[in-house]
Amino acid sequence: MISNLIYRKIFTLLKVQYSNMLEYRVEIALWAISGIIPFFMLNIWTNNNLNETINISDVLLSRYFLCAFFVRQFSVVWVVFSFEEDSLMGRVSPYLIQPLNPFFRYFAQHLAEQITRFPFALIIAFFFFIFNPESIWIPNLGILLLSIVSTFLSFLIQFLIQSIVACLCFWTEKASSIERLLFIPTLFLSGLLAPVVSFPSYVKSWIYLTPFPYLIDFPANLLSGNETNISGGLSMQILWIFLLFPLFKKIWSEGTKKYTAMGS
Amino acid sequence: MNLRKYLKVYKKFLHTSLASELEYKTNILVDLITAILSLVGSIFLLSIFFQNNGYIGGWKFEQALIIQAIYTILNGITNTWFNPNLTEIVKHIREGTLDFVLLKPIDSQFFISLKKINPSGFLEIMLGFLLLLFCIRINQINLNLSFLTLSSITISCSICILYSLWFFISTTTIWFVKTWNAIEVLRSFLYIGRFPLNSFSFSLRIFFSVFIPIAFITTIPSEVFLGLSVIWKILLEVIVATVFVITSRRFWLFALKFYSSASS
Repeated sequence: MISNLIYRKIFTLLKVQYSNMLEYRVEIALWAISGIIPFFMLNIWTNNNLNETINISDVLLSRYFLCAFFVRQFSVVWVVFSFEEDSLMGRVSPYLIQPLNPFFRYFAQHLAEQITRFPFALIIAFFFFIFNPESIWIPNLGILLLSIVSTFLSFLIQFLIQSIVACLCFWTEKASSIERLLFIPTLFLSGLLAPVVSFPSYVKSWIYLTPFPYLIDFPANLLSGNETNISGGLSMQILWIFLLFPLFKKIWSEGTKKYTAMGS
Repeated sequence: MNLRKYLKVYKKFLHTSLASELEYKTNILVDLITAILSLVGSIFLLSIFFQNNGYIGGWKFEQALIIQAIYTILNGITNTWFNPNLTEIVKHIREGTLDFVLLKPIDSQFFISLKKINPSGFLEIMLGFLLLLFCIRINQINLNLSFLTLSSITISCSICILYSLWFFISTTTIWFVKTWNAIEVLRSFLYIGRFPLNSFSFSLRIFFSVFIPIAFITTIPSEVFLGLSVIWKILLEVIVATVFVITSRRFWLFALKFYSSASS
Protein backbone atom coordinates (compact mmCIF):
# COMPACT_ATOMS: atom_id res chain seq x y z
CA MET A 1 0.00 0.00 0.00
CA ILE A 2 2.64 2.51 1.10
CA SER A 3 5.11 1.37 -1.55
CA ASN A 4 2.34 1.77 -4.11
CA LEU A 5 1.89 5.38 -3.01
CA ILE A 6 5.62 6.04 -3.32
CA TYR A 7 5.64 4.56 -6.80
CA ARG A 8 2.77 6.81 -7.79
CA LYS A 9 4.58 9.83 -6.41
CA ILE A 10 7.75 9.02 -8.31
CA PHE A 11 5.85 8.27 -11.49
CA THR A 12 3.82 11.47 -11.36
CA LEU A 13 6.87 13.62 -10.60
CA LEU A 14 8.79 12.15 -13.51
CA LYS A 15 5.86 12.46 -15.90
CA VAL A 16 5.25 16.11 -15.02
CA GLN A 17 8.92 17.02 -15.31
CA TYR A 18 9.37 15.11 -18.55
CA SER A 19 6.55 16.94 -20.27
CA ASN A 20 7.95 20.17 -18.86
CA MET A 21 11.40 19.40 -20.26
CA LEU A 22 10.03 18.43 -23.67
CA GLU A 23 8.78 22.00 -23.96
CA TYR A 24 12.39 23.16 -23.84
CA ARG A 25 13.91 20.67 -26.27
CA VAL A 26 15.73 23.31 -28.34
CA GLU A 27 17.39 24.61 -25.19
CA ILE A 28 18.41 21.13 -24.19
CA ALA A 29 19.80 20.45 -27.67
CA LEU A 30 21.94 23.59 -27.38
CA TRP A 31 23.02 22.52 -23.95
CA ALA A 32 24.08 19.16 -25.32
CA ILE A 33 26.14 20.95 -27.99
CA SER A 34 27.86 23.09 -25.37
CA GLY A 35 29.31 19.90 -23.91
CA ILE A 36 31.54 19.13 -26.87
CA ILE A 37 34.75 20.47 -25.28
CA PRO A 38 36.14 16.89 -24.87
CA PHE A 39 36.18 16.60 -28.68
CA PHE A 40 38.32 19.74 -29.02
CA MET A 41 40.69 18.30 -26.44
CA LEU A 42 40.82 15.03 -28.36
CA ASN A 43 41.77 17.04 -31.41
CA ILE A 44 44.73 18.61 -29.59
CA TRP A 45 45.84 15.22 -28.24
CA THR A 46 45.80 13.32 -31.50
CA ASN A 47 46.90 16.18 -33.73
CA ASN A 48 50.12 16.62 -31.74
CA ASN A 49 50.67 12.89 -31.10
CA LEU A 50 50.61 13.55 -27.36
CA ASN A 51 49.02 10.18 -26.67
CA GLU A 52 52.17 8.28 -27.63
CA THR A 53 53.84 9.38 -24.42
CA ILE A 54 51.07 7.95 -22.24
CA ASN A 55 50.74 4.70 -24.19
CA ILE A 56 47.15 5.04 -25.31
CA SER A 57 46.40 4.40 -28.96
CA ASP A 58 44.52 6.96 -31.06
CA VAL A 59 41.45 4.75 -31.21
CA LEU A 60 41.29 4.12 -27.47
CA LEU A 61 41.82 7.81 -26.74
CA SER A 62 39.04 8.88 -29.08
CA ARG A 63 36.72 6.32 -27.44
CA TYR A 64 37.77 7.68 -24.06
CA PHE A 65 36.84 11.25 -24.97
CA LEU A 66 33.56 10.15 -26.55
CA CYS A 67 32.68 8.31 -23.35
CA ALA A 68 33.77 11.31 -21.28
CA PHE A 69 31.35 13.38 -23.35
CA PHE A 70 28.56 10.88 -22.67
CA VAL A 71 29.25 10.60 -18.96
CA ARG A 72 29.31 14.38 -18.67
CA GLN A 73 26.01 14.66 -20.57
CA PHE A 74 24.31 12.37 -18.08
CA SER A 75 25.86 13.76 -14.94
CA VAL A 76 25.29 17.48 -15.43
CA VAL A 77 23.76 18.97 -12.29
CA TRP A 78 22.35 22.45 -11.85
CA VAL A 79 20.26 22.05 -8.71
CA VAL A 80 22.02 24.92 -6.91
CA PHE A 81 20.95 27.42 -9.58
CA SER A 82 17.31 26.28 -9.47
CA PHE A 83 17.24 26.22 -5.71
CA GLU A 84 18.86 29.64 -5.41
CA GLU A 85 16.29 31.19 -7.73
CA ASP A 86 13.40 29.44 -5.99
CA SER A 87 14.55 30.51 -2.57
CA LEU A 88 15.17 34.13 -3.61
CA MET A 89 11.71 34.27 -5.20
CA GLY A 90 10.11 32.67 -2.16
CA ARG A 91 8.92 29.64 -4.11
CA VAL A 92 10.48 27.28 -1.60
CA SER A 93 7.83 28.10 1.01
CA PRO A 94 4.94 26.19 -0.61
CA TYR A 95 7.32 23.27 -1.33
CA LEU A 96 8.26 23.05 2.32
CA ILE A 97 4.64 22.60 3.36
CA GLN A 98 4.18 19.61 1.08
CA PRO A 99 4.94 16.17 2.53
CA LEU A 100 7.80 15.70 0.06
CA ASN A 101 11.37 16.95 0.28
CA PRO A 102 11.73 19.62 -2.45
CA PHE A 103 14.96 18.00 -3.57
CA PHE A 104 12.94 15.07 -4.93
CA ARG A 105 11.35 17.55 -7.28
CA TYR A 106 14.76 18.75 -8.50
CA PHE A 107 15.97 15.17 -8.73
CA ALA A 108 13.03 14.26 -10.98
CA GLN A 109 13.75 17.39 -13.02
CA HIS A 110 17.32 16.23 -13.65
CA LEU A 111 16.27 12.70 -14.59
CA ALA A 112 13.62 13.99 -16.98
CA GLU A 113 16.16 16.31 -18.56
CA GLN A 114 18.54 13.39 -19.10
CA ILE A 115 15.82 11.43 -20.88
CA THR A 116 15.12 14.44 -23.11
CA ARG A 117 18.82 14.91 -23.76
CA PHE A 118 19.48 11.29 -24.73
CA PRO A 119 18.51 11.53 -28.44
CA PHE A 120 20.60 14.69 -28.92
CA ALA A 121 23.63 13.05 -27.35
CA LEU A 122 23.12 10.10 -29.71
CA ILE A 123 23.03 12.43 -32.72
CA ILE A 124 26.29 14.07 -31.64
CA ALA A 125 27.87 10.63 -31.18
CA PHE A 126 26.64 9.67 -34.65
CA PHE A 127 28.45 12.66 -36.16
CA PHE A 128 31.52 11.80 -34.13
CA PHE A 129 31.55 8.31 -35.70
CA ILE A 130 31.15 9.74 -39.19
CA PHE A 131 34.37 11.70 -38.68
CA ASN A 132 36.12 8.90 -36.78
CA PRO A 133 34.80 5.66 -38.29
CA GLU A 134 37.73 3.62 -36.96
CA SER A 135 36.70 4.24 -33.36
CA ILE A 136 33.31 2.48 -33.63
CA TRP A 137 32.98 -0.28 -31.06
CA ILE A 138 30.28 -2.20 -29.25
CA PRO A 139 30.89 -2.67 -25.52
CA ASN A 140 29.61 -5.96 -24.14
CA LEU A 141 26.38 -5.92 -22.20
CA GLY A 142 27.92 -6.40 -18.76
CA ILE A 143 30.32 -3.49 -19.20
CA LEU A 144 27.54 -1.34 -20.62
CA LEU A 145 25.31 -1.99 -17.61
CA LEU A 146 28.16 -1.39 -15.18
CA SER A 147 29.07 1.89 -16.82
CA ILE A 148 25.46 3.04 -16.76
CA VAL A 149 25.44 2.27 -13.05
CA SER A 150 28.70 4.13 -12.48
CA THR A 151 27.52 7.11 -14.51
CA PHE A 152 24.41 7.23 -12.37
CA LEU A 153 26.54 7.02 -9.22
CA SER A 154 28.68 9.87 -10.55
CA PHE A 155 25.50 11.87 -11.11
CA LEU A 156 24.41 11.07 -7.54
CA ILE A 157 27.73 12.26 -6.08
CA GLN A 158 27.52 15.54 -7.98
CA PHE A 159 23.85 15.95 -7.10
CA LEU A 160 24.63 15.47 -3.40
CA ILE A 161 27.58 17.89 -3.45
CA GLN A 162 25.52 20.52 -5.21
CA SER A 163 22.55 19.99 -2.92
CA ILE A 164 24.82 20.59 0.06
CA VAL A 165 26.03 23.81 -1.57
CA ALA A 166 22.41 24.71 -2.41
CA CYS A 167 21.47 24.39 1.25
CA LEU A 168 23.96 27.17 1.98
CA CYS A 169 21.30 29.41 0.40
CA PHE A 170 19.61 29.31 3.79
CA TRP A 171 22.54 31.26 5.22
CA THR A 172 23.77 33.36 2.29
CA GLU A 173 21.83 34.57 -0.74
CA LYS A 174 24.36 33.70 -3.41
CA ALA A 175 25.39 30.08 -3.08
CA SER A 176 25.93 29.73 -6.82
CA SER A 177 29.30 31.49 -6.64
CA ILE A 178 30.53 28.72 -4.33
CA GLU A 179 29.31 26.20 -6.90
CA ARG A 180 31.26 28.02 -9.63
CA LEU A 181 34.33 27.76 -7.40
CA LEU A 182 33.83 24.01 -6.92
CA PHE A 183 33.29 23.56 -10.64
CA ILE A 184 36.91 24.52 -11.41
CA PRO A 185 38.56 21.47 -9.75
CA THR A 186 35.77 19.31 -11.17
CA LEU A 187 36.57 20.57 -14.66
CA PHE A 188 40.32 20.05 -14.50
CA LEU A 189 40.63 16.99 -12.26
CA SER A 190 37.69 14.85 -13.32
CA GLY A 191 39.24 13.75 -16.59
CA LEU A 192 36.97 15.74 -18.88
CA LEU A 193 39.86 17.62 -20.52
CA ALA A 194 42.64 15.06 -20.11
CA PRO A 195 42.52 11.45 -18.88
CA VAL A 196 43.75 11.07 -15.31
CA VAL A 197 46.47 8.59 -16.46
CA SER A 198 48.21 11.46 -18.20
CA PHE A 199 48.47 13.56 -15.02
CA PRO A 200 51.94 14.03 -13.52
CA SER A 201 52.74 11.68 -10.64
CA TYR A 202 52.66 14.41 -7.97
CA VAL A 203 48.95 14.78 -8.72
CA LYS A 204 48.22 11.11 -9.28
CA SER A 205 49.47 10.30 -5.78
CA TRP A 206 46.54 12.01 -4.06
CA ILE A 207 43.87 12.43 -6.70
CA TYR A 208 42.34 8.97 -6.23
CA LEU A 209 41.46 9.90 -2.66
CA THR A 210 39.25 12.77 -3.86
CA PRO A 211 35.84 12.26 -5.53
CA PHE A 212 36.95 13.92 -8.79
CA PRO A 213 38.36 11.01 -10.86
CA TYR A 214 35.23 8.96 -10.12
CA LEU A 215 33.01 11.60 -11.72
CA ILE A 216 34.11 11.23 -15.33
CA ASP A 217 37.43 9.43 -15.68
CA PHE A 218 36.33 6.14 -14.07
CA PRO A 219 32.98 5.67 -15.88
CA ALA A 220 34.53 6.79 -19.17
CA ASN A 221 37.44 4.36 -18.85
CA LEU A 222 35.01 1.60 -18.00
CA LEU A 223 32.77 2.22 -20.98
CA SER A 224 35.56 2.83 -23.48
CA GLY A 225 37.40 -0.36 -22.52
CA ASN A 226 40.50 1.38 -21.17
CA GLU A 227 42.30 -0.16 -18.23
CA THR A 228 40.63 0.56 -14.89
CA ASN A 229 39.98 -0.98 -11.50
CA ILE A 230 36.25 -1.77 -11.68
CA SER A 231 35.51 -2.93 -8.15
CA GLY A 232 37.76 -0.28 -6.61
CA GLY A 233 36.14 2.52 -8.57
CA LEU A 234 32.59 1.44 -7.85
CA SER A 235 33.27 1.03 -4.16
CA MET A 236 34.87 4.48 -3.96
CA GLN A 237 31.81 5.98 -5.64
CA ILE A 238 29.50 4.25 -3.15
CA LEU A 239 31.75 5.31 -0.27
CA TRP A 240 31.51 8.97 -1.29
CA ILE A 241 27.72 8.71 -1.52
CA PHE A 242 27.61 7.25 1.98
CA LEU A 243 29.81 10.08 3.24
CA LEU A 244 27.86 12.87 1.53
CA PHE A 245 24.30 11.74 2.20
CA PRO A 246 24.33 12.18 6.02
CA LEU A 247 26.03 15.54 5.53
CA PHE A 248 23.22 16.64 3.23
CA LYS A 249 20.56 15.46 5.69
CA LYS A 250 22.25 17.34 8.51
CA ILE A 251 22.66 20.60 6.61
CA TRP A 252 19.08 20.35 5.29
CA SER A 253 17.59 19.96 8.75
CA GLU A 254 19.76 22.79 10.12
CA GLY A 255 18.97 24.98 7.14
CA THR A 256 15.20 24.61 7.22
CA LYS A 257 15.25 25.88 10.80
CA LYS A 258 17.06 28.98 9.53
CA TYR A 259 14.65 29.54 6.65
CA THR A 260 13.30 33.08 6.52
CA ALA A 261 10.92 32.87 3.53
CA MET A 262 12.43 35.61 1.41
CA GLY A 263 10.19 37.35 -1.10
CA SER A 264 6.89 36.24 0.36
CA MET B 1 28.25 67.75 -26.23
CA ASN B 2 26.73 64.40 -27.00
CA LEU B 3 29.84 62.56 -25.89
CA ARG B 4 29.87 64.46 -22.63
CA LYS B 5 26.29 63.40 -21.97
CA TYR B 6 27.16 59.74 -22.53
CA LEU B 7 30.19 60.01 -20.26
CA LYS B 8 28.05 61.52 -17.55
CA VAL B 9 25.46 58.77 -17.90
CA TYR B 10 28.17 56.13 -17.82
CA LYS B 11 29.53 57.57 -14.57
CA LYS B 12 26.08 57.12 -13.06
CA PHE B 13 25.92 53.53 -14.34
CA LEU B 14 29.27 52.79 -12.71
CA HIS B 15 28.19 54.30 -9.46
CA THR B 16 24.88 52.45 -9.15
CA SER B 17 26.10 49.03 -10.25
CA LEU B 18 29.24 49.14 -8.11
CA ALA B 19 27.13 50.13 -5.12
CA SER B 20 24.82 47.17 -5.62
CA GLU B 21 27.59 44.66 -6.34
CA LEU B 22 29.62 45.66 -3.31
CA GLU B 23 26.69 44.52 -1.19
CA TYR B 24 27.99 41.00 -1.73
CA LYS B 25 31.59 41.36 -0.58
CA THR B 26 32.26 37.69 0.17
CA ASN B 27 30.96 36.92 -3.28
CA ILE B 28 33.75 39.02 -4.79
CA LEU B 29 36.32 37.13 -2.72
CA VAL B 30 34.92 33.77 -3.84
CA ASP B 31 35.01 34.96 -7.46
CA LEU B 32 38.65 36.01 -7.05
CA ILE B 33 39.59 32.53 -5.78
CA THR B 34 37.65 31.03 -8.69
CA ALA B 35 39.61 33.15 -11.18
CA ILE B 36 42.96 32.19 -9.64
CA LEU B 37 42.05 28.49 -9.55
CA SER B 38 40.87 28.48 -13.12
CA LEU B 39 44.13 30.06 -14.26
CA VAL B 40 46.12 27.52 -12.24
CA GLY B 41 43.98 24.75 -13.71
CA SER B 42 44.54 25.78 -17.29
CA ILE B 43 48.29 26.16 -16.77
CA PHE B 44 48.22 22.67 -15.24
CA LEU B 45 46.42 21.34 -18.32
CA LEU B 46 48.94 23.08 -20.56
CA SER B 47 51.80 21.53 -18.58
CA ILE B 48 50.28 18.08 -19.19
CA PHE B 49 50.38 18.75 -22.92
CA PHE B 50 54.02 19.82 -22.70
CA GLN B 51 55.05 17.02 -20.35
CA ASN B 52 57.02 15.10 -22.91
CA ASN B 53 56.85 17.44 -25.87
CA GLY B 54 58.86 20.57 -26.47
CA TYR B 55 56.40 22.04 -28.96
CA ILE B 56 52.63 22.04 -29.48
CA GLY B 57 51.59 23.30 -32.89
CA GLY B 58 54.97 25.04 -33.16
CA TRP B 59 54.59 26.85 -29.82
CA LYS B 60 56.88 26.47 -26.83
CA PHE B 61 55.43 26.34 -23.31
CA GLU B 62 56.63 29.88 -22.50
CA GLN B 63 55.03 31.14 -25.69
CA ALA B 64 51.77 29.30 -25.09
CA LEU B 65 51.57 31.02 -21.70
CA ILE B 66 51.10 34.34 -23.52
CA ILE B 67 47.90 32.95 -25.02
CA GLN B 68 46.73 32.01 -21.54
CA ALA B 69 47.48 35.53 -20.31
CA ILE B 70 45.56 37.17 -23.15
CA TYR B 71 42.68 34.72 -22.71
CA THR B 72 42.54 35.57 -18.99
CA ILE B 73 42.42 39.31 -19.72
CA LEU B 74 39.67 38.86 -22.31
CA ASN B 75 37.76 36.52 -20.03
CA GLY B 76 37.98 39.13 -17.29
CA ILE B 77 36.58 41.74 -19.66
CA THR B 78 33.77 39.33 -20.57
CA ASN B 79 32.96 38.78 -16.91
CA THR B 80 33.12 42.48 -16.07
CA TRP B 81 30.99 43.89 -18.88
CA PHE B 82 29.58 41.46 -21.42
CA ASN B 83 28.25 38.71 -19.20
CA PRO B 84 26.29 40.79 -16.66
CA ASN B 85 24.83 43.13 -19.31
CA LEU B 86 24.05 40.90 -22.20
CA THR B 87 22.42 38.20 -20.11
CA GLU B 88 20.18 41.01 -18.88
CA ILE B 89 18.82 41.44 -22.44
CA VAL B 90 17.18 38.04 -22.12
CA LYS B 91 15.40 39.25 -18.99
CA HIS B 92 14.43 42.59 -20.57
CA ILE B 93 12.80 40.85 -23.50
CA ARG B 94 11.06 38.11 -21.56
CA GLU B 95 9.56 40.50 -19.07
CA GLY B 96 8.90 43.29 -21.56
CA THR B 97 11.08 45.81 -19.71
CA LEU B 98 12.94 46.60 -22.91
CA ASP B 99 10.10 49.09 -23.47
CA PHE B 100 11.56 51.31 -20.75
CA VAL B 101 15.00 51.16 -22.32
CA LEU B 102 13.68 52.07 -25.76
CA LEU B 103 11.74 55.03 -24.39
CA LYS B 104 14.82 56.63 -22.87
CA PRO B 105 16.42 59.49 -24.82
CA ILE B 106 19.67 57.55 -25.12
CA ASP B 107 21.04 54.95 -27.50
CA SER B 108 19.53 51.58 -26.60
CA GLN B 109 22.66 49.59 -27.47
CA PHE B 110 24.74 51.85 -25.23
CA PHE B 111 22.29 51.41 -22.39
CA ILE B 112 21.99 47.64 -22.48
CA SER B 113 25.68 47.02 -23.14
CA LEU B 114 27.12 49.14 -20.35
CA LYS B 115 24.46 49.39 -17.67
CA LYS B 116 25.99 46.90 -15.28
CA ILE B 117 29.47 46.06 -14.12
CA ASN B 118 30.85 43.15 -12.18
CA PRO B 119 33.88 44.28 -10.13
CA SER B 120 35.27 40.77 -9.59
CA GLY B 121 36.17 40.66 -13.28
CA PHE B 122 38.72 43.46 -12.67
CA LEU B 123 40.74 41.11 -10.52
CA GLU B 124 40.83 38.60 -13.35
CA ILE B 125 42.00 41.30 -15.78
CA MET B 126 44.79 42.24 -13.35
CA LEU B 127 45.73 38.57 -12.99
CA GLY B 128 45.98 38.33 -16.77
CA PHE B 129 48.19 41.40 -16.96
CA LEU B 130 50.50 40.04 -14.27
CA LEU B 131 50.90 36.80 -16.21
CA LEU B 132 51.48 38.82 -19.38
CA LEU B 133 54.26 40.84 -17.70
CA PHE B 134 55.81 37.60 -16.49
CA CYS B 135 55.65 36.21 -20.04
CA ILE B 136 57.28 39.35 -21.43
CA ARG B 137 60.16 38.74 -19.02
CA ILE B 138 60.68 35.05 -19.68
CA ASN B 139 60.34 35.42 -23.44
CA GLN B 140 62.72 38.41 -23.42
CA ILE B 141 60.44 40.64 -25.40
CA ASN B 142 61.76 44.17 -25.62
CA LEU B 143 59.11 46.83 -25.41
CA ASN B 144 59.19 49.57 -28.02
CA LEU B 145 56.64 51.95 -29.43
CA SER B 146 55.67 50.04 -32.57
CA PHE B 147 55.25 46.82 -30.58
CA LEU B 148 53.05 48.56 -28.02
CA THR B 149 50.81 50.15 -30.64
CA LEU B 150 50.46 46.91 -32.63
CA SER B 151 49.64 44.87 -29.53
CA SER B 152 47.10 47.37 -28.26
CA ILE B 153 45.48 47.54 -31.71
CA THR B 154 45.15 43.76 -31.93
CA ILE B 155 43.86 43.39 -28.39
CA SER B 156 41.25 46.11 -28.89
CA CYS B 157 40.18 44.38 -32.09
CA SER B 158 39.83 41.12 -30.13
CA ILE B 159 37.65 42.88 -27.59
CA CYS B 160 35.46 44.26 -30.41
CA ILE B 161 35.05 40.81 -32.00
CA LEU B 162 34.26 39.24 -28.66
CA TYR B 163 31.71 41.92 -27.83
CA SER B 164 30.04 41.57 -31.22
CA LEU B 165 29.77 37.80 -30.87
CA TRP B 166 28.10 38.14 -27.48
CA PHE B 167 25.88 40.97 -28.62
CA PHE B 168 24.89 39.10 -31.78
CA ILE B 169 23.69 36.05 -29.87
CA SER B 170 21.94 38.14 -27.23
CA THR B 171 20.10 40.04 -29.96
CA THR B 172 18.57 36.83 -31.31
CA THR B 173 16.60 36.75 -28.05
CA ILE B 174 14.12 39.08 -29.73
CA TRP B 175 12.95 36.13 -31.85
CA PHE B 176 13.75 33.11 -29.70
CA VAL B 177 13.15 34.59 -26.21
CA LYS B 178 15.42 32.12 -24.40
CA THR B 179 18.94 32.16 -25.77
CA TRP B 180 20.69 31.54 -22.49
CA ASN B 181 21.94 28.20 -23.75
CA ALA B 182 23.17 29.62 -27.05
CA ILE B 183 25.47 31.77 -24.92
CA GLU B 184 26.66 28.58 -23.21
CA VAL B 185 27.54 27.15 -26.65
CA LEU B 186 29.52 30.30 -27.45
CA ARG B 187 31.29 30.02 -24.09
CA SER B 188 32.35 26.46 -24.74
CA PHE B 189 33.63 27.39 -28.20
CA LEU B 190 35.54 30.32 -26.76
CA TYR B 191 37.26 27.87 -24.48
CA ILE B 192 39.49 26.73 -27.32
CA GLY B 193 40.90 30.28 -27.40
CA ARG B 194 43.16 29.10 -24.58
CA PHE B 195 45.26 27.07 -27.00
CA PRO B 196 47.30 28.02 -30.05
CA LEU B 197 45.29 27.65 -33.22
CA ASN B 198 47.99 25.58 -34.89
CA SER B 199 47.54 22.79 -32.37
CA PHE B 200 44.18 21.89 -33.91
CA SER B 201 43.61 19.91 -37.06
CA PHE B 202 43.21 21.70 -40.38
CA SER B 203 39.40 21.44 -40.57
CA LEU B 204 38.90 22.82 -37.06
CA ARG B 205 41.36 25.61 -37.83
CA ILE B 206 39.26 26.63 -40.83
CA PHE B 207 36.08 26.43 -38.79
CA PHE B 208 37.47 28.62 -36.03
CA SER B 209 38.81 31.27 -38.34
CA VAL B 210 35.97 31.51 -40.85
CA PHE B 211 32.71 30.73 -39.05
CA ILE B 212 33.52 31.76 -35.51
CA PRO B 213 36.67 33.89 -35.56
CA ILE B 214 38.00 32.68 -32.23
CA ALA B 215 41.39 32.28 -33.87
CA PHE B 216 41.63 36.02 -34.28
CA ILE B 217 40.79 36.71 -30.68
CA THR B 218 43.81 35.24 -28.90
CA THR B 219 46.25 33.78 -31.41
CA ILE B 220 46.97 36.92 -33.47
CA PRO B 221 47.64 39.20 -30.45
CA SER B 222 49.96 36.53 -29.04
CA GLU B 223 51.81 36.34 -32.32
CA VAL B 224 52.28 40.10 -32.17
CA PHE B 225 53.84 39.70 -28.74
CA LEU B 226 56.30 37.17 -30.06
CA GLY B 227 57.08 39.26 -33.12
CA LEU B 228 55.90 36.45 -35.36
CA SER B 229 52.95 38.24 -36.84
CA VAL B 230 52.83 39.33 -40.44
CA ILE B 231 51.24 42.62 -41.38
CA TRP B 232 48.39 41.14 -43.46
CA LYS B 233 47.15 39.14 -40.49
CA ILE B 234 46.92 42.26 -38.36
CA LEU B 235 45.16 44.13 -41.17
CA LEU B 236 42.77 41.20 -41.56
CA GLU B 237 41.97 41.28 -37.88
CA VAL B 238 41.21 45.01 -38.05
CA ILE B 239 38.90 44.40 -41.02
CA VAL B 240 37.15 41.47 -39.32
CA ALA B 241 36.64 43.51 -36.16
CA THR B 242 35.17 46.46 -38.09
CA VAL B 243 32.84 44.19 -40.04
CA PHE B 244 31.70 42.49 -36.84
CA VAL B 245 31.00 45.71 -34.98
CA ILE B 246 29.08 47.25 -37.89
CA THR B 247 27.09 44.08 -38.57
CA SER B 248 26.13 43.58 -34.94
CA ARG B 249 24.96 47.20 -34.75
CA ARG B 250 22.89 46.82 -37.92
CA PHE B 251 21.52 43.51 -36.69
CA TRP B 252 20.37 45.11 -33.43
CA LEU B 253 18.56 47.93 -35.25
CA PHE B 254 17.01 45.35 -37.61
CA ALA B 255 15.93 43.10 -34.73
CA LEU B 256 14.29 45.98 -32.90
CA LYS B 257 11.75 46.24 -35.74
CA PHE B 258 10.51 42.79 -34.70
CA TYR B 259 10.29 43.57 -31.02
CA SER B 260 6.70 43.21 -29.96
CA SER B 261 6.96 43.74 -26.20
CA ALA B 262 5.57 41.34 -23.65
CA SER B 263 2.96 41.45 -20.92
CA SER B 264 2.01 45.07 -21.55
